[in-house]
Amino acid sequence: MCFPAKIINFNHILMGKLFGSSLAQKLVMALAGFFLILFLLVHLSINLLLLGDNPETFNRAAAFMSGFWLVKIFEVVLIGGLLIHIIMGIILQIQNWIARPARYKKRYPSQTSFFSKYMIWTGGIVFIFLFIHFLNFWFVRLGLVEGDHHNFYGMAHELFRHLGYNIIYWISFLILGFHLHHAFQSAFQTFGLNNRKCTPVIKTIGIIYSILVPLGFALIPFVIYFFK
Amino acid sequence: MYKLDSKIPDGPLAEKWTRYKATCKLVSPANKKKLDIIVVGAGAAGAAAAASMAELGYNVKVFVYQDSSRRAHSIASQGGINATKNYKNDGDSDYRLFYDMIKGGDFRAREANVYRLAEISNNVIDQFVAQGVPFAREYSGYLSNRSFGGVQVSRTFYAQGQTGQQCTLAAYQALMRQIKAGKAEMYPRRFVLDLIVIDGKARGIIARNLVTGEIERHAAHAVVLATGGFGTVYYLSTLAINSNGSAAMAAYRKGAFMANPSMAQIHPTSIPVLNDYQAKLTLMSESLRNDGRVWVPKNKGDKRKPNDIPEEERDYYLERRYPAFGNLVPRDVASRAAKERCDAGYGVGSTGLSVYLDFRDAIKAQGKQAIAAKYGNLFDLYTKITGMDPYTEPMRIYPASHYTMGGLWVDYHLMTTIPGLYAIGEANFSDHGANRLGASSLLQCAGDGYFILPVTIGDYLSSEIKTPKIPVDDPAFDKAEKEAADKLKKLLSVNGSQTVTSFHKRLGHIMWQYSGMVRNEEGLNKALKEVKELRDEFWNDVKVPGKIDEYNHELEKAFRVADFFDLAELIITDALQRKESCGAHFREEYQTEEGEPMRNDEEYMYVAAWEYTGDHSPPKLHKEPLSFENVKVTKRSYK
Amino acid sequence: MKITLDIWRQKSPNDKGKFVRYELEGVSREMTFLEMLDYLNDKLIKEGKDPVAFDSDCREGICGTCGLFINGRPNGPVKGITTCQLNMSVFKDGDTITVEPFRAKAFPVIKDLIIDRSSFDQLIQSGGFISVNTGAAPEANSIPIKKEIAERAFDAGICIGCGSCVAACKNASAMLFVSAKISQLALLPQGQVEAKERVRTMVREMDRLGFGNCTNTGACEAECPKEISLWNIAKMNREYYKATLG
Repeated sequence: MCFPAKIINFNHILMGKLFGSSLAQKLVMALAGFFLILFLLVHLSINLLLLGDNPETFNRAAAFMSGFWLVKIFEVVLIGGLLIHIIMGIILQIQNWIARPARYKKRYPSQTSFFSKYMIWTGGIVFIFLFIHFLNFWFVRLGLVEGDHHNFYGMAHELFRHLGYNIIYWISFLILGFHLHHAFQSAFQTFGLNNRKCTPVIKTIGIIYSILVPLGFALIPFVIYFFK
Repeated sequence: MYKLDSKIPDGPLAEKWTRYKATCKLVSPANKKKLDIIVVGAGAAGAAAAASMAELGYNVKVFVYQDSSRRAHSIASQGGINATKNYKNDGDSDYRLFYDMIKGGDFRAREANVYRLAEISNNVIDQFVAQGVPFAREYSGYLSNRSFGGVQVSRTFYAQGQTGQQCTLAAYQALMRQIKAGKAEMYPRRFVLDLIVIDGKARGIIARNLVTGEIERHAAHAVVLATGGFGTVYYLSTLAINSNGSAAMAAYRKGAFMANPSMAQIHPTSIPVLNDYQAKLTLMSESLRNDGRVWVPKNKGDKRKPNDIPEEERDYYLERRYPAFGNLVPRDVASRAAKERCDAGYGVGSTGLSVYLDFRDAIKAQGKQAIAAKYGNLFDLYTKITGMDPYTEPMRIYPASHYTMGGLWVDYHLMTTIPGLYAIGEANFSDHGANRLGASSLLQCAGDGYFILPVTIGDYLSSEIKTPKIPVDDPAFDKAEKEAADKLKKLLSVNGSQTVTSFHKRLGHIMWQYSGMVRNEEGLNKALKEVKELRDEFWNDVKVPGKIDEYNHELEKAFRVADFFDLAELIITDALQRKESCGAHFREEYQTEEGEPMRNDEEYMYVAAWEYTGDHSPPKLHKEPLSFENVKVTKRSYK
Repeated sequence: MKITLDIWRQKSPNDKGKFVRYELEGVSREMTFLEMLDYLNDKLIKEGKDPVAFDSDCREGICGTCGLFINGRPNGPVKGITTCQLNMSVFKDGDTITVEPFRAKAFPVIKDLIIDRSSFDQLIQSGGFISVNTGAAPEANSIPIKKEIAERAFDAGICIGCGSCVAACKNASAMLFVSAKISQLALLPQGQVEAKERVRTMVREMDRLGFGNCTNTGACEAECPKEISLWNIAKMNREYYKATLG
């Protein structure tokens, strides 16, 4: 007999039995996260076309992204990766909370990796943002929300005329930067890559990435609002 | 009258152990499963023994007062472990290590035991390396050696200044493996209150669960004490603050003889006492004397900073007095020389109770980096405690109570005078005579635990294979449990006005003053009187808060201190009896005109083994004569 | 100097526990932190009160018994030391010091500041050893080990099992402790034979005992009295992937 409850034993998930162990869960989490990090680069490079004056260039790129079959597969994988990253993150976080039932009265703020302590919260905010972002764009293409899915250029320019959306996007990118700041180098540590030569380089790239990529994204609404 | 039989096998010295192993009685694997062994204490010796005996198939129960056996004080051993590998090709051999230990022990150790230890020293290193001890290595990948206090060859294996930690953890891990395998069982946070003797044989223990206060009974076919030394009788010592002599004293009261209890080593290189509240002294490894030079100012009361004192006004007194060995003289010699200088008014520091250990010349010759590679972690430790930097100014050191060569009397099998009761490691007396050489304590612990006891205990247990499980409802358990509980209750009921620690401090002061590095008859008699008075005061005015059936650290301490009084008395009695100076035992009446110790081989070439005769009657002395057939008994000179 | 102490008092494992404030005068700068607690207890005993229960043994930073959470950090404000090596000279007259036990689900409180760290023993039991019986060892020099590798193994092997890493970690993770042992033994040829099995069983045990997960924050490394490196955790991750994927 195969009841769903037997297939998915929540207790087992919490105890780290799914994917073998806490270490395996973390690896999956890091792999999914790193995949998202790479995707952000692709996403940003296309989005920067929004700053051009020709809607066609961007719309063509957007159409390609939504039409090409390989990209469709990529999209499914991407959403899968995102969900896994979120689910794993939550499971690991719950385990972590359970691991210390009694809190300390006084805690000295640790000098190491400040943002790592708030990953669940920065991640949560980014998730809420993503929902808004999907409402604005992706769901339009899926047909879930009304809009002209052939003219994302127009949609974007229309949207970012509102100061409210601008603020939401700016803040979200700032938070995303915080999240990425720890995420980038953390992924490599989880992969087991840590040595005297590479680690400082990885950390530097991570910091540059976590500043430049969110800044690039934030630039788009900013330029549209103030200069277009 | 009881006749001490050391049970030394016949034959030439180098063949005794081989012959013994070839002829001793064995226990079959099927029978080993039926036999229980209790091990008390699980440092380097206890853990090694427990693991090895469990591997053989015995059922082993291990009792430690710490929360884990990984915390036993063997972990603090710094310098290294000796073996006769002769990797340096500098002429080392089993015989030479044997000779160095016998001579270092001032001809008061038993030849056969010491030779056996030298013989198995290489196995000990092999075993530790196989268990994953990261000993220091050369660039070739082969093991590195250094020379260590009191010898002229480089035979010491080391892992920076944490050799004891690495070796103890290796033994601990071996024990953990046996626990997982179900062959050994661990009882942490247990304090042994008494030993159970049934029909003359050791059959179990009474232990107090330190968390719940519950008194427990545990039975076995044999009991092994691996409880370490009792240097804490001096209050301030380099030992862990909870190290104690209670299990040994319980065994003593049940009929085990205590041998040479006055042979207590005072280590020359400890960080000096800094203030009145101090609870312990931290050792600086003796290996520092390989490169450090010991000195005091030539002028009395010279208050200049050490670096401002010019070369010609420094007195490198060890090099001056002992040109052949210089700064590497054995511990007792170095300790007494430091005390002599300080007593004469040349000591440095605010108390005048310390001497300099200077690395200036070594840093000049070898470079700071080379010195840091050898002693970096010791220098860091020193800086952390004192706030001073040994790279730029000399360390200040002073002797401190460290190791007890004396301990429970054991025969060649490491069995005490109670059949079935064994003592291994520092808890016994057998291998170090009147003074222990550096880097031989870990060797003895591991040697006893891994390679000697697992063999010799079989010889005894082979006669126990028909003995069924020992029942814990035997009247002997009832009686011992009641006595232990009564003693605890009595301690609680005094309800006086002084804390346990204050008594311990005063006891330590008496011992350090009169029964420390230098002793004389008058002082010892005075100490004997004062200890008795202090004990009476203790039993009338000690304040122990709390209850018996709960976690009660003060009660635990009180029980130990009560035993320390009896132990102190025994130490003083032994020191009084030995009218000679040998090794760590220095009697002022017996010295040469130059202040060097004078041994009396005619009358005192024996082990003094003390038999308990009752709380209010003096202990009875038994002598185990020592004969030296393989070494020429010489005057121990390091000049 | 005068010090105010906020100390966690808890009668037994099931007691709720609370902070109790003590004003302590006559504290000397030369005392160590634990000697200051000894001094407090001396006073409490004389006043007929229950002394504060805390663990300590070697008092020289090597046995790993004494760890306390002092002013929000394991072993107080100085880096690279155990609690027993902390000196009162780092505090000022009039300071308030909060003293708590190390807190983790896997480290239940026994009394006041004393915790039960037997989970660390269980972790070692699950595989933190090389399975060599006494007597089975080959000649020590038969397997040369690169000096650098032996030193790395030593740097991992110096862990004292105090639990500061677990205490410092926001997730109460034991990754630094476990990885130090795994890495020490996996570096040495003697330990490599069992490396795969060891990392599997030790990680499984770590999860079972209820320690949290690693978020690569690095608080463990920062607060470790022996300054054991995060490198060991990466090494353990590699060892684990090798064991499970390879």
